[in-house]
Amino acid sequence: MTTLPVSDDRDDLAVDPRHISRRATGGDAVFEWSARAVGASVLLITGGVGLFLGWQGFPTIKRYGVSFFTEEQWLPDEDRIGIAGVLVGTFSVAAVAMVIAFPLALLTALYISEYAPARLRGFLVSMIDLMAAVPSIVYGIWGFWLIMPHAAEFARWLESNAGWLPFLQVRGADPDAAYWDASRYYSSAFCAGIAVSMMVMPMACAVMRQVFSQTPPGEKEAALALGATRWGMVTSVVLPFGRGGIIGGTMLALGRALGETIAVALILSVAFEVKWNVLETGSATISSLIANRFGEASASQLSALLAAGFVLFIITLLVNTAAAVIVNRSRSGAGTDA
Amino acid sequence: MTIESPPAPEATTAATAGTTYRPVLDDDAPPPVPRSSLGRPSPEESFLAWGTWGAALGLAWVVTQRLLPLEGIPWFVVVFFGSGLLMSAVTGAMHGGLVEVRDRVAASLVTGGAVVVAVALVSTIGYVFYRGWEPLTHVNFFLDDMSGVGPADSFDKGGVLHAIVGTIVQLAIAVAITLPLGIGTAVFMTEVGGRFAKLVRTVVEAMTALPSIVAGLFIYSVFIVALGQPRSGLAAGLALSVMMLPIIARAADVVLRVVPGGLREASLALGASRWRTVRHVVLPTARPGLATALILGVARGAGETSPVLLTSGAAAFLVANPTDGVMNSLPLFIYTNVRSGQGTAEDRAFAAAAVLLMLVLILFVIARLLARPRGTKPSLLRRLLTRRPSEVRP
Repeated sequence: MTTLPVSDDRDDLAVDPRHISRRATGGDAVFEWSARAVGASVLLITGGVGLFLGWQGFPTIKRYGVSFFTEEQWLPDEDRIGIAGVLVGTFSVAAVAMVIAFPLALLTALYISEYAPARLRGFLVSMIDLMAAVPSIVYGIWGFWLIMPHAAEFARWLESNAGWLPFLQVRGADPDAAYWDASRYYSSAFCAGIAVSMMVMPMACAVMRQVFSQTPPGEKEAALALGATRWGMVTSVVLPFGRGGIIGGTMLALGRALGETIAVALILSVAFEVKWNVLETGSATISSLIANRFGEASASQLSALLAAGFVLFIITLLVNTAAAVIVNRSRSGAGTDA
Repeated sequence: MTIESPPAPEATTAATAGTTYRPVLDDDAPPPVPRSSLGRPSPEESFLAWGTWGAALGLAWVVTQRLLPLEGIPWFVVVFFGSGLLMSAVTGAMHGGLVEVRDRVAASLVTGGAVVVAVALVSTIGYVFYRGWEPLTHVNFFLDDMSGVGPADSFDKGGVLHAIVGTIVQLAIAVAITLPLGIGTAVFMTEVGGRFAKLVRTVVEAMTALPSIVAGLFIYSVFIVALGQPRSGLAAGLALSVMMLPIIARAADVVLRVVPGGLREASLALGASRWRTVRHVVLPTARPGLATALILGVARGAGETSPVLLTSGAAAFLVANPTDGVMNSLPLFIYTNVRSGQGTAEDRAFAAAAVLLMLVLILFVIARLLARPRGTKPSLLRRLLTRRPSEVRP
């Protein structure tokens, strides 16, 4: 039995409504503010690095002006400092690395997600992750001893067969000579790019594979049920779905390739000039410049190195941000089985 | 087994319409053949798959050894792969049209790409162990440092103990800094939130792009040049932390974000405070993921040479105190020895690379084991320790 509330005539029962607040009290306030303090300190540390680089590098850029970006040589003693040569070197090493790494990463990601036997899949995924964890110096010594002799021979073959392409020419060497001058082909941006490609390939592959594995199974099965072959299914469902992941993963790998140091410093012989001939010996990247020159640097040279590092950081930052935007915007991750 | 044919149409009357008939067994029918699995290739298909590559092998031999002047194993492999693609196309054309050809060639191409990557990985690890095998067989390689040992000395003198200790000390410093800060920041970004958290997240994500050499250069110019401190393990640890902090914070953020919101809400609805929710619900749920994020960050830091190159300086002797001057580490040991140009020093570098690889591999395996979804079976240790429950008597 329910009873109706009895109306009460007394007036003094009026109460104020309970005050509702999201403000943390007691232990929660301590937690919230200490978390905020940790966040602020991390912001200070990480943001401080970027600001410090810009602040330290600014005098150099101000002093040399535009010529900092157009001068090829790095001759602090003659007061000629510029990053045109190393910028070109950085991009040519990264370009070689991406030309090798992109198809391999795409094919491997496709193999793991679509072609590999189901019981091998987990193992292959761990292998790719392991490959990403192999230290870069290991790829460096692998590239230097095991790959470089073969790479030099391949470079000679490339030059003699495709030497009409300007960037495949090697100045000062004749590929058809009876005795070929191997030293003109060693320690080139091409050799360094091979080692770097092995370093960045697993990273691109991991991103691509993850996106491919998120393809809605319903769409894949629909394609197969309509009579598509496996390749037809891949081209019509998996690749369009994973386009964002493919581009984003490639750009993440590119960002890493641009900043890679040790393998490049190990393989590349230093030469400061704007060099588009990737097969020819000698080049330099921004990071190998820093690794080679920090030891003997005076205060002003250190500022110049910091300015170069700042430019490198801005480039990788732009590449990574673009990659993040592309990965987040793509359809990948949004389910279609509504 | 046959199915009894339904009655003739003229027999269908109003009374029998809608009646179903059970199939009856027919004794004269042959025994049913077990149906092969749908996914498994038929004998013909597996013959085509293997036959394609067998034919390619033969073709490659004919082309490289008999027809064209292409010597050496590399050419053989290239021609083998090319003729494999060709044979795939031919077998595809025998079965169907262009669609079939494309499918088979693409499958061969994709598999070939994966094989190239596998060969690269195996050759990397195999070559490092092959070149570094001889020093690794000497026990003193793990128990000695390089003080008083020249680069050309034989392998029964000297070792990499100082580099191993240096790597461990520097990583310990880096972990001691990045673990609380990184996970604390991730907790702040996901659990507290707000406009400031968004700013922190943007900056942290941006700083994951920081090239490691620039992180090293930062510590070098602040800690060593501006503050006048000597090169030391502490400086190297700081450089590694600057490099690892954004990586670990971001990975931990990703892990915490996938903790189901329902768990948080259930805890809050039960009256737990936000701190208790984080402490007892969110962090334990995310524990395996956080451990993986941390260990993969450590593995990355263990292999980075460039920050260490700028900040620690290479010592040939054992230094355990991180504030006590120059200190070596495995990547730096490898780098300096590789550049020395001495045969034995190079072999030592390869052996050190093998040690570094094993270290990374161990970290990696631990990360995998922690990331595994926890089974219902209790661990071996717990099963040994807990007494078997006594049998229940009626």
